[in-house]
Amino acid sequence: MSTAEQDRKDAPLDAALRQEIAALAQHAEYKRAAGTDALKLVQKRFGFVSDQHLAEVAALLEMTPAELDSVATFYNLIFRRPVGRHVILLCDSVACWVMGEAAARNHLCARLGVNLGETTQDGRFTLLPIVCLGHCDHAPAMMVDEDQHGDLDAARLDAILEGYR
Amino acid sequence: MTTMEKPLTAMLQPGGIPLDVTGYERAGGYQALRKALTMTPEAIIGEVKRSKLRGRGGGGFATGRKWEAVPTGADAPRQRYLVVNADEMEPGSFKDRLLLEQTPHQMIESVIISAFAIQADIAYIFVRAEYVLALGRLARAVAEAQAHGYVGTNILGSGFALTIHVHASGGRYICGESSAMLTALEGRRPIPRSRPPRSAQSGLWGKPSVVNNVETLCNVPHIIERGADWFLSLSRGADGGTKLYGLSGRVKRPGLWELPLGTSLNEILEEHAGGMQAGYECRAVLPGGASTAFVMAADFDVAMDFTSVQKVGSSLGTGNIMALDDRRCPIGMLRNLEHFFAQESCGWCTPCRDGLPWVERILAAIEAGEGEPEDLETLAHHVAFLSSDGTFCDLAPGAMAPLGSALKHFRAEFEQHIKEKCCPWHDTAETWA
Repeated sequence: MSTAEQDRKDAPLDAALRQEIAALAQHAEYKRAAGTDALKLVQKRFGFVSDQHLAEVAALLEMTPAELDSVATFYNLIFRRPVGRHVILLCDSVACWVMGEAAARNHLCARLGVNLGETTQDGRFTLLPIVCLGHCDHAPAMMVDEDQHGDLDAARLDAILEGYR
Repeated sequence: MTTMEKPLTAMLQPGGIPLDVTGYERAGGYQALRKALTMTPEAIIGEVKRSKLRGRGGGGFATGRKWEAVPTGADAPRQRYLVVNADEMEPGSFKDRLLLEQTPHQMIESVIISAFAIQADIAYIFVRAEYVLALGRLARAVAEAQAHGYVGTNILGSGFALTIHVHASGGRYICGESSAMLTALEGRRPIPRSRPPRSAQSGLWGKPSVVNNVETLCNVPHIIERGADWFLSLSRGADGGTKLYGLSGRVKRPGLWELPLGTSLNEILEEHAGGMQAGYECRAVLPGGASTAFVMAADFDVAMDFTSVQKVGSSLGTGNIMALDDRRCPIGMLRNLEHFFAQESCGWCTPCRDGLPWVERILAAIEAGEGEPEDLETLAHHVAFLSSDGTFCDLAPGAMAPLGSALKHFRAEFEQHIKEKCCPWHDTAETWA
């Protein structure tokens, strides 16, 4: 990550984002109930939730940072560390396991030069395992960002990766 | 069986694009709501009870009885909440996704009628975040329903008021546990709650709450419109209705089918899924998700209803079946299952938090040819210990269902791994086919 990008990611939340989070809190029956939604807003903007942003959101929701972090760290889809431009969620549950999940994982790891949980050198992809995606009739399956892909094989995986720069 | 009606999927459109509000109305949608609003809440609950609708999310609890437990009347606490469990994360299950993505207005109508039955003020639809398409379509359907007077204050002039929120989860299997789901909605770390009190008395923010599965609720408008007797007639078993059965694994046509409740496993496997692919044999299935015990090939004539599947030592679960073929190692499959449960344990109760990773390590060792004969006793001990009520919720007992049955049915495979110090399937473990 370049220094400029680092600076941007550590910058305080801007007024518009703070306002959006405040609106979420207003709409919730209790402010803390907006926690997941607020963290997702931050993540959508910055790719992940930094310590500083977590503390800012906690203050807006009248929670301690530790309280909000106990929620943030619980969830599979809230990232507390930087991720690549695209996040690959590879299903590692049993319906996919039967249909070749291990082969798909090996192929992805080799192509990207990473292990599960890692980001490629160029910052393009982060590869994460995920629990059953509910796409079992097209196993093995994965998501890239918000897109779902099924019936994976080596050729299809290569073609899919090409679609994300 | 004189009819082959499929109420849940009758309105599916070619291409999977859902009907918008006017299309849904034209197809007969929201008529059940109009009828329901002329009934008393007690009459609706009575009809649902008579229909013998049981929960389709895995628990199989009688829906009418769940609703009945909510205190109503002038001095009963408010707000009251209806929460739709659309957090479909049980491995091998993909049925609710179909209903959410392709029949969002059926979902909304179901929510309104069910909320009216328990006199709820607010409804949440709790959707897993990965169901991006469903989230968008539900949000649009709520907005359309609101614009047409089906949601809001004074719904269709009845005086009944309801707000519907669509909530996207942060992603964790335990959120599908009903009390953990309520805790998640409160913005807390979602660990299950100890009972009593039941959610019907003290649920979301301490107020009466009901959590129902997507498929369960989608039956409600049809029960109201056509009656409990009709609903009972759809089923081949004692409980009412159809079921969205699914099948995945090495079958010719993996998929989902709405069939009479009580359709046999054989019929689903052979007729609807087209049987196994050439060169594969089905040794066993998990009949309803990762939390159900193996059903072996000798029992494939079992009727897929709540009581019959229990008679062969398992449970209906979500009714989404996973086939284990002869080219995959049963111990490897178990290791995968227990890895899932160990990862997704919320970590609150010690037996679950510490026991499941231990089980996973033992299974991995056995699979790698490093197992010892006494490992089987340790696994059996975990099955006994974690299946008892030593934990707040059903995650650990669910995790023990496939393991307990495997220790019985795949004993020879366990012993072979330990004796030969390797996995007999080792050269197929990481292959595509």
